[in-house]
Amino acid sequence: MSSIPAMPHPVHKDREGAKLGMWLFLFTEILLFGGLFLLYSAYRAKYPLDFHTGGQHLNTFIGVANTVILLTSSLTVAIAITAIQKGNRKLTMLCLSATIGFAALFLVNKYVEWSEEIRRGIYPNGPALLKLPDGEKIFYGLYYSMTGLHGLHVLAGIVVLSVMLKFVHSNRITSSDFTKLENAGLYWHLVDVIWIFLLPLLYLAA
Amino acid sequence: MTSAAHVAAVPAAPSFLEAGGRRGILAWILSTDHKRIGILYLATMVTMFLMAMVLGVLMRIEQLTVDPPLFSASTYNAFFTVHGVIMIFMFVLPGASAVFGNFCLPIMIGARDVAFPRLNLMSWYFFVTGALLALTSLFTGNGPPDAGWTFYVPFSLRSGTNILLGAFAAFVLGFSSILTGINFITTVHRMRAPGMSWLRMPLFIWALYATAWVQVLATPIIGITFLLLIAERTFGIGVFDPAKGGDPILFQHLFWIYSHPAVYIMILPAMGAVTEIIPTFAHRSIFGYKAIAYSSMGIAILGSLVWGHHMFTSGMSDSANLMFSLFTFLVAVPSAIKVFNWTATLYKGSIELKAPMLFALTFVFLFCIGGLTGLIQGALNVNVHLHDTYWIVGHFHYVMFGGTGMGFFAALLYWFPKMFGKMYNETAAKIAWIPIFIGFNMLYGGMLVLGYMGMPRRYYTHLPQFHTGHVIASIGGFIMATGLILFFANLFVALFKGKKAEANPWGGVTLEWQVPSPPPLENFEEIPVITHGPYRFNPEGAK
Amino acid sequence: MERAEEHGHIVPYQTFIKVWLLLLFLTALLVFVSTVFHEALSVAALLTLTPLKAGLVFFYFMHLKYEKPFLKSMVLVALATLTLFIGLIFIDLSFR
Repeated sequence: MSSIPAMPHPVHKDREGAKLGMWLFLFTEILLFGGLFLLYSAYRAKYPLDFHTGGQHLNTFIGVANTVILLTSSLTVAIAITAIQKGNRKLTMLCLSATIGFAALFLVNKYVEWSEEIRRGIYPNGPALLKLPDGEKIFYGLYYSMTGLHGLHVLAGIVVLSVMLKFVHSNRITSSDFTKLENAGLYWHLVDVIWIFLLPLLYLAA
Repeated sequence: MTSAAHVAAVPAAPSFLEAGGRRGILAWILSTDHKRIGILYLATMVTMFLMAMVLGVLMRIEQLTVDPPLFSASTYNAFFTVHGVIMIFMFVLPGASAVFGNFCLPIMIGARDVAFPRLNLMSWYFFVTGALLALTSLFTGNGPPDAGWTFYVPFSLRSGTNILLGAFAAFVLGFSSILTGINFITTVHRMRAPGMSWLRMPLFIWALYATAWVQVLATPIIGITFLLLIAERTFGIGVFDPAKGGDPILFQHLFWIYSHPAVYIMILPAMGAVTEIIPTFAHRSIFGYKAIAYSSMGIAILGSLVWGHHMFTSGMSDSANLMFSLFTFLVAVPSAIKVFNWTATLYKGSIELKAPMLFALTFVFLFCIGGLTGLIQGALNVNVHLHDTYWIVGHFHYVMFGGTGMGFFAALLYWFPKMFGKMYNETAAKIAWIPIFIGFNMLYGGMLVLGYMGMPRRYYTHLPQFHTGHVIASIGGFIMATGLILFFANLFVALFKGKKAEANPWGGVTLEWQVPSPPPLENFEEIPVITHGPYRFNPEGAK
Repeated sequence: MERAEEHGHIVPYQTFIKVWLLLLFLTALLVFVSTVFHEALSVAALLTLTPLKAGLVFFYFMHLKYEKPFLKSMVLVALATLTLFIGLIFIDLSFR
């Protein structure tokens, strides 16, 4: 058989397709955290008073501060995208760096918050936790699961956004090819949305 | 549409098996070509199937050896757990979707590949990783998990065996499923050939599309469930542990919210394949195209509302029991619509009983039995008697094996010549069918009877009154296993010694039969322009 | 390629800043209502203000307002699925 090279075809960049794929992935994240929200609603209905008490003992100040931090980080990543569309590379990189900075600050706050609770013995299988009534045990179980899983997603977001920052710097993302950045932004906004729900469910349950 | 004559006139591009720059194993495990990925899935999935089949045979041997039994109770627990985990997560779930969806979907819609080829390869990597983790759980630590593939709490929290590895393996496999779902949805939305409207897509594509939505929306729920199970075992988080105020029924809810839709992930692609095979060998168009397309979506939607029927005896409220029972009866309707349409397609068709058709019709028959037994156990009062008996085991093997399994085999026989460019021995395939069919019904029909008589499932031994039934079932199992080995041996030999297959050995009319067997790397020389629906048979079996 | 198509629909900086300010305000409102008022009103605030905030992020930050209807429907399907799961579970939990 004569060997004929495979027919070349233009490598298509399907921006809408990539965006659709990203949204579908975000649906899986919504359902993943959704399972936790489901458990939360079930247990809150079962232990309303214990959830109230649990919420009182959380550090509401850090919770609200982290909310403001994440909301602002969503602003900066959104601005970064408009900036790249307008060809303003400098502003893009500035805002992306700010987003990453806010994300890191969020994690620092989380570390401070958790350290305090762990010091007080309120952690899974911790001495103080085991003495609490069942409903509060469940509350803290959900608190650590939900904020823990969310924190992992913030960390992943930092990695993704840093890679995007590098791509903008090296011109792999440009004003005519910025789908990757858009999609990274979509991911980051979802991380923010999840926290928007976590705030009242956990910190304002009191 | 490009005619076969046009394809033959131009010097052919090399087949995808010969094209590409790499050699040997790297040509396979680094390839982002959807056709190679489909075959990679086939090879790994059949391997896992055979391993799980061995465990099944061991279980049947155990039930023959009553006094004393050959294996201990804890060994038997590990058998049915690992048999279930492998069969479900590594064979039936990826199923026809991962193999034939990957291979055929792009070709059938006139595309060169899926939307995200590299993500596709990553799906397979996740699959292999999960499979290796599951196999590791067999040989390390305190031995394979023994809590059943359902991992119910609190036993799965307390058991000293490799529950963690097993749960983590299933978690990783979930990613494989999710990524395939994302890929297929995007591909169907974005990459159909010009002129291929939604209602001109082959029905296999509709089935894959409906399946993909379930993969995307339901799989994350099992993801979080297993994640929490792992967190409880590792950190003692305690959201399910009754000792810490948890509700074990909530675990069951979360588990089945995925695992019931999962069975529709399993059956829909198989139904889709059968919907392709029957028109081809009846030489007439499918009856009721829209009904089948919409019923695929209907099954996906309704099937997400019935999960509680696995939990009728667990302590749910009466209201919930009633609701789930009602939905369970409703979900039979779209499935029945398909059965009516397949049957109506045969009417006044010119039927050729080739091997793929034989297995496709077997699918319809066995799936009907499975579906009807499902309705029986969906009735609340009857369920109290049947739950956790061999009836349930018989039921799900009828639908998952008689259904999805036979559908998978039918699809394999149908698309084998296209995938490998070789023809297998058709007579041998039909001969293998005989022990498969007879053995299957002895084994699982026997289980229906045993269960009705009261034999509980997941018991390593049984009371004397059940022994005859078990002997019949076990003999049936051995007969069936022999048939399965013949079946696979025939295909395996054909890979090396099979006659060269033509582009269209069956007279099919969908796009994959318009390209060579095996197809070239890029599937089409020119992307076809579609001008009519997919099932136009000329001239005798006209629509 | 047309400039507009090349760069996609561009949301002005102003829009983002306004949405951000609105989000901050809604957060403050939420915290205020939760800490000052009793249980029922606090839950009502949670159930209205929180989805509103999430909606703002979806529609403006995530560009959903400017996307095609089919994508909007898909988002709805995903959210409806979750709602359905929670709803059906409560048919069990509420009547035990």
